[in-house]
Amino acid sequence: MNAVASSAAPAPLAAAEGPAPAKVEVQHLNVWFGKNNAVKDTSLAVQSHTVLAVIGPSGCGKSTFLRALNRMHDLVPAARVTGKVLVDGQDLYTREVDPVLLRRRVGMVFQRPNPFPTMSIEENVAAGLVLNGIGGNHQELVERSLRKAALWDEVKERLGHAATSLSGGQQQRLCIARALAIEPEVLLMDEPASALDPIATAKIEELIHELKEHYTIIIVTHSMQQAARVSDHTAFFYMGELVEMGATEQIFTNPKERRTEDYVTGKFG
Amino acid sequence: MRRFFFRRFMNVAMTVLCGVALVAAFIPLTSVLYLVISKGAAGLSWDFFTALPKPVGEPGGGIGNALVGTLYMVGLACIMGLPVGVGAGVFLAERGDGTVGRTVRFVGEVLSGVPSIVIGIVAYAMVVVPMHHFSALAGSVALAIMIVPYLAISTEELIRVVPGSLREASLALGVTNWRTSLLVILRTAMGGVVTACLLAVARVAGETAPLLFTALNNQYWNLSPNQPTASLTVAIYNYAISPYEDWHAKAWTAALVLLMLVGVLNLASRVLTRNRLKGAR
Repeated sequence: MNAVASSAAPAPLAAAEGPAPAKVEVQHLNVWFGKNNAVKDTSLAVQSHTVLAVIGPSGCGKSTFLRALNRMHDLVPAARVTGKVLVDGQDLYTREVDPVLLRRRVGMVFQRPNPFPTMSIEENVAAGLVLNGIGGNHQELVERSLRKAALWDEVKERLGHAATSLSGGQQQRLCIARALAIEPEVLLMDEPASALDPIATAKIEELIHELKEHYTIIIVTHSMQQAARVSDHTAFFYMGELVEMGATEQIFTNPKERRTEDYVTGKFG
Repeated sequence: MRRFFFRRFMNVAMTVLCGVALVAAFIPLTSVLYLVISKGAAGLSWDFFTALPKPVGEPGGGIGNALVGTLYMVGLACIMGLPVGVGAGVFLAERGDGTVGRTVRFVGEVLSGVPSIVIGIVAYAMVVVPMHHFSALAGSVALAIMIVPYLAISTEELIRVVPGSLREASLALGVTNWRTSLLVILRTAMGGVVTACLLAVARVAGETAPLLFTALNNQYWNLSPNQPTASLTVAIYNYAISPYEDWHAKAWTAALVLLMLVGVLNLASRVLTRNRLKGAR
């Protein structure tokens, strides 16, 4: 499995110095909830400025895997994580790493849009700074983040309105803007379009293409079409196990594993 | 067909029953309002709110000192009780699953059911006895003791219904736990918490028993925490048990003032909790 994952890395950027170091590297990651081994011995690497799609049937551990990458499992008392997650070569699961600071480098967008209901649109975007006690004028940051999230033109006239007055698709782009405002390096997206209609979904996917220029993105998705549309690499999880990872085209046209083939051709899942 | 008629009959019967229950619930409420207004409204005047009480037989006079005394002691009780109550509620909701949390919750539930006269005795033993005299401070300590458990329990409930996704959203932005608790979770629940605070205040503002032998009474103005202080409720009590007709009238008017005070607090809680943002749902 390890070999499969590392063989999936794209061509080295600087050939003379060997393969480029991965932005995110996962080594023998296990996540336990009590006695349930939700993610089993997973190893993979994600290069900088690429999009990795994580696919698999419900309950296969793909969201659990994603949440291990910014230590969101720290909040669940019964959860236990072993193995290594390296961002720029630094292991996240050592004592020196403060999960709070880590989460500013590894941002996250959730399945359901979750803007802060007591805050305006503007305040939501600046929330990452304001809640951390960083005061001052955030107007420029708000505009920049909203532009990056392709929401600026729709909301520039009503920045002071309640975030909950936006449509679901707009709320999700607001959440993306909020995540971008803290200037993360890696963006984790947990089925960001699953609660949205096709038009809003298309907007989010377009956005992912643009964001790739500046960020490394790992997206969990239910939709294989979406994975095919947005990602450079695809990892297929089944029953808590990473079955196969490779270039997206290869996974969908020429998978090495039988289970992957069965899943992407719609025989199960 | 028979089933259909039976269903229709039950439908009508149940609707009528509910209507009767509604009217029955309404009777005490309206009769309290009616009695207090009809007997108390006549005595309302500017003087009644601002003047000191006059001896029996003399016309005029007011309950200004009692009104101020109530506001003063309730205010002191808020300063002591609100932060502790809300803080305890936040703690219970966020960290209350351990032994400490369970113990605090149990104590809070028991304490919120303790009759107020018992709390009065406790405040008497805790404050009045060591100080050797009755005081506003003792009265407000008693009121604060009543506020804390009520507020802790309501705050916990209000915080527990805040969606977990907001906590996740905040933590994923690299916000620390305590800032998330206060600035996201508590802020989201704030509307409800403010209402709970005002209701707690309204509740203790109408208490007599905890003040009877802590703040006692005072015929004059007092704003010293160290001195006995008049309060609306104790004034009503004293006027009502007196044998004089004009004092009885004053008791009704004072009761009306108390009702208005509680009503204003309830109204204020509604106004304050309206969402300030445009387009908010």
